[in-house]
Amino acid sequence: MAHILLRHRDIPDIHKLEVYKKNGGFAAFQNAVTRMKPNEVTEVVKNSGLRGRGGAGFPTGMKWSFIDNKNWPHYVVANADESEPGTFKDREIMESNPFQFLEGVAIASYAVGANAAYVYLRGEFWQIAAFLDEKIAEMEAAGYLGKNLFGTDYSLKIYTHLGAGAYICGEETAMLESIEGKRGQPRVRPPFPPSYGLYGKPTIVNNVETLTNVPLILANGAEWYKSMGTADSAGVKIFSLSGRVRKPGNYELPFGTTFRELIYTYGGGVQDSRKVKAIMPAGASSSLILVDDEKVLDTPMDYASVRTLGADLGSASVIVIDDTVSMDWLINKTVHFFRHESCGKCTPCREGTYWMSHLTERIHEGRATRADVDLLLNVAKQMQGKCLCALGEFSTMAVVTGIERFRQDFDKVVKA
Amino acid sequence: MSLAEKYPKEVKQILAKYPPEHKRSAVMPLLYLAQREEGYITKAAMQDIARMLDISETDVASIVGFYTLYHDKKEGKYRMQVCTDLPCALRGADEFLDNLCANLGIKVGETTPDGVITLEAVMCLAACDKAPVFQTQGPDGIKYHENMTVDKTMELIEALRKSSA
Repeated sequence: MAHILLRHRDIPDIHKLEVYKKNGGFAAFQNAVTRMKPNEVTEVVKNSGLRGRGGAGFPTGMKWSFIDNKNWPHYVVANADESEPGTFKDREIMESNPFQFLEGVAIASYAVGANAAYVYLRGEFWQIAAFLDEKIAEMEAAGYLGKNLFGTDYSLKIYTHLGAGAYICGEETAMLESIEGKRGQPRVRPPFPPSYGLYGKPTIVNNVETLTNVPLILANGAEWYKSMGTADSAGVKIFSLSGRVRKPGNYELPFGTTFRELIYTYGGGVQDSRKVKAIMPAGASSSLILVDDEKVLDTPMDYASVRTLGADLGSASVIVIDDTVSMDWLINKTVHFFRHESCGKCTPCREGTYWMSHLTERIHEGRATRADVDLLLNVAKQMQGKCLCALGEFSTMAVVTGIERFRQDFDKVVKA
Repeated sequence: MSLAEKYPKEVKQILAKYPPEHKRSAVMPLLYLAQREEGYITKAAMQDIARMLDISETDVASIVGFYTLYHDKKEGKYRMQVCTDLPCALRGADEFLDNLCANLGIKVGETTPDGVITLEAVMCLAACDKAPVFQTQGPDGIKYHENMTVDKTMELIEALRKSSA
């Protein structure tokens, strides 16, 4: 099947404006601005079943419909902060199919009445930001961005804004704070960005992959999009496959593809032909799926099916763990990541990740007792439901599921 | 010399990105500009930016302290930042970093005696399929180096040393 998002794999040079145009580029945006009302655009996206690809899976069209039309101006912010260990999909889109992403930003902006959009890239994407700046300038020169587009009274500017190394800025309200020139610390929600966002104005924040779906949904219709994937998870998804597989990489596949197909058909199987011991379907934030039965690998990857395994599909950053890996080592890694990235604003996360890291270190280094493992589980569970944003919650997922589903790994390393 | 005198064109471009009543938004790009030449941000540069944006020096310092890509101390000309997070570690990142340390004769966080390389371990760089991976942060911005080996890295370091001599 031809790619819908990673189209550069089928169409060489699609990063060039002429090539993108020749392949239908900007027609959906032009058609929307000249022939459709903003709410009609939102309606198509709503009917397509598109859900947010950043991890939360919130219905995109519904989010757009929440924009507060009593308060102006409006903004669109594209979340290109991609920082979850295990995900590297947005990067490939922006590097290789940049116009489709930018057209998605433009269509979203038109749909919610924004005349300015910001693309927030993690600071490490310095070169990608410079590349997008060039592409934005090309669109301006060709009349796809700027004032009075296509002879209408609609105007749009897109700007890039670089972060500077903070995972938390991928959380939408922390991202808005960061664009405002503050420390990237999440806001208390509600109010949510569609009513109180950038500079206190109604704002829609969408992930890069989400927005990149939009031009083709508008071009081909909601029914076309819904014909792919499953009933609750429409369309295609880029699965970032990493860990102990032979061929890690991005694979664009319909929702409902099984773990087995991803790992064995596309990923070439497990390194050294070992057995899959666990899967983290949503990067380091993920619960650990126990693969004690081969049948687990036949689970379709869609939001609802993955939930039956006690995990969330999230951003579909599939990390494969083989039977050489011990979970005490693994959670020590993930907890140190979250401890480093905790923004410090709320106590449960700031202190919880700190104390968890002491415990995971002690356990991994063989200095702990069984009681320390119980204490770690207790600290993690105490944190759950009490943190200001999802980061704190995420930090506990691998800890709790690691201990509950792989207790034998911990029994092996603790002192009697 | 102030940033506006030194980089008039860049400062103007940066300020134009944000609504004039929200010029504080320019603090992050201005900090990158201030860091460009020396690899760190001086107290004088923070004062300069604070004045330009009508915010306090403490506000600027809190941004520098919060984000890991801003530095307030002089280190090596290039910061070599190796990702050792879970997906990279599953593909040998920890061993790669250990071997690199042994080859360079320095520990993580230290700088080579010639002042060219500071070696650091960092969090995820969104290149999990291309581990071992690191970025170099230097006067010419941030660059990715993917699917690296210690040999390839030592060659790169030699080239950076030559260009710095």
